[in-house]
Amino acid sequence: MTTLLQQIANGIALGATIGLIALGYTMVYGIIQLINFAHGEVFMVGAFGGLAVHRWLLPEAWQGDWYISLPLMIVGGVVVAVTIALIMERFAYRPLRNAPRLAPLITALGVSIVLQEAIRIWFPNAESAQAYPKAFIDAQVDLGPVSISASKLLIIVVSVALSVGLQLYVTKSRMGRAMRATAQDRDTARLMGVNPDRVIVLTFLIGAALAGVAGVLYGVDITNVDNAIGFQNGIFAFTAAVLGGIGSLRGAVIGAFIIGLIKTLGGQYMPGGTQYDYVWIFVVLIFVLVFRPQGLFGEAERVRA
Amino acid sequence: MSPLLEVGDLSVAYGAIEAVRDVTFSVDEGQIVSLIGANGAGKTTTLRTVSGLLRPRAGTVRFDGRDISGLPAHSILNLGIAHCPEGRRTFGRMTVEENLLLGAYTRDDEPGIQSDIRRVYELFPVLGQRKNQKAGLFSGGEQQMLAIGRAMMSRPRLLMLDEPSMGLSPIMTNLIFQTISELQSQGTTILLVEQNALAALALSDHGYVIDLGATTLDGPGKELLADERVRSAYLGED
Ligand SMILES: Nc1ncnc2c1ncn2[C@@H]1O[C@H](COP(=O)(O)OP(=O)(O)OP(=O)(O)O)[C@@H](O)[C@H]1O
Ligand SMILES: [Mg+2]
Repeated sequence: MTTLLQQIANGIALGATIGLIALGYTMVYGIIQLINFAHGEVFMVGAFGGLAVHRWLLPEAWQGDWYISLPLMIVGGVVVAVTIALIMERFAYRPLRNAPRLAPLITALGVSIVLQEAIRIWFPNAESAQAYPKAFIDAQVDLGPVSISASKLLIIVVSVALSVGLQLYVTKSRMGRAMRATAQDRDTARLMGVNPDRVIVLTFLIGAALAGVAGVLYGVDITNVDNAIGFQNGIFAFTAAVLGGIGSLRGAVIGAFIIGLIKTLGGQYMPGGTQYDYVWIFVVLIFVLVFRPQGLFGEAERVRA
Repeated sequence: MSPLLEVGDLSVAYGAIEAVRDVTFSVDEGQIVSLIGANGAGKTTTLRTVSGLLRPRAGTVRFDGRDISGLPAHSILNLGIAHCPEGRRTFGRMTVEENLLLGAYTRDDEPGIQSDIRRVYELFPVLGQRKNQKAGLFSGGEQQMLAIGRAMMSRPRLLMLDEPSMGLSPIMTNLIFQTISELQSQGTTILLVEQNALAALALSDHGYVIDLGATTLDGPGKELLADERVRSAYLGED
């Protein structure tokens, strides 16, 4: 029983990380119908941005005080992730805005490789696990029968708060309205005075900021990072977005929790253990897509005039 | 006084297909001007070029004396041209109120926006009664009202309406045309594209006939209505 609850807690924490990444996939897809395969690398670059801040920018005196160092690392991760994402949008995707769909998709794969290699070349030894500072959050928090590390609890709290915040922003604010309008019918949004370039940049910016936060919190929780974490978590996040119904914010978050739970519970209880935990994720994905191709929260048919 | 909108020798192409090749017309401030013509004549293409969704291949578009051809659509809206597009194009997954707020996207005078929303609800009570419902649930006629209301929300100097009566019942059509005259009397200049040439010309200060991408004939609305060629080609008489 305790094991079960413990694994559920772990699954939720994993889902919270994946969810922050999945939001970026789903938002960008919603606006420009691009599967930005390089988004997982934005998460990875964010994790390294946070690590770089800790290693090279923070005075030693502050490194042990998590309430100072962690926020600064998050800021560093977000700045790096956002910068990379905006460069990518401007120079890799924007020139292909009117190209056939396959062109930006292949470009995204290329950008992904470029980012992995760039980190490998410029960040010392990034292809092997780099220790992530953790001293500040290795406390355990007891929640009844389960005990969860403070770092996992932090991821869950931050992820839920940011997801709710994003949902409110998109549904209530003027820019959020412009984003939804652009996603539904770009030309008509332009007739309302919406500048689609600004909306697209904002979408990449928000997605990258969330991925940057996720990258740093992931590093702190897992305690080491390498230049392949973007690929692995990117696949999970992309799968979560598809499972939830790509284009849907709620779907991405719920899909991510489902995937986090399948992975940890499958690894614990299914034959093959953690060696096969990936398999169950894709089994569930395939079943959902067979019976509900639009995903759990996707629209049956996108009405695009 | 120079016209509010002046389009000269306009040519617009979709790739190799030249949809508009020689369109010339002008709209004076305070007028209702209509463009009529057969299906595929190039009326929608002309409006989409004026509003900046398409770029002209050649020719001029001047608004208020200023060359606006090639400006992006969002800048053109800011100059005071609103375009209520063919086929309504309401945002189906957003509520009526959100659609209207999008119409006012470039404004930031909150009290003014709220009073304009009330004005739209007075004009079209059904929209006010169901303001929190998704636009996609509304009938074609109701969506047309919403599209017109939304276009009014930017307080345009020039309102371009592309086939506002398409698919509407005669009663609805009447209401829409009545609204158009009302908007004119409140000072909005109107450029109207209509299948319903009879109703449009009856209302218009001036009309232009577009045929195969070129303006071929023009005159005051009443005169065009009486013109033999217009009657036989567009009013279904022989
Ligand atoms: N996106 C497009 N790509 C290629 N050709 C197009 C496109 N849109 C319109 N056309 C062509 O351009 C010509 C003019 O079309 P347009 O829609 O401007 O005509 P219209 O006068 O508005 O017709 P209708 O009364 O049917 O609305 C037509 O021959 C049409 O087939
Ligand atoms: Mg048309």
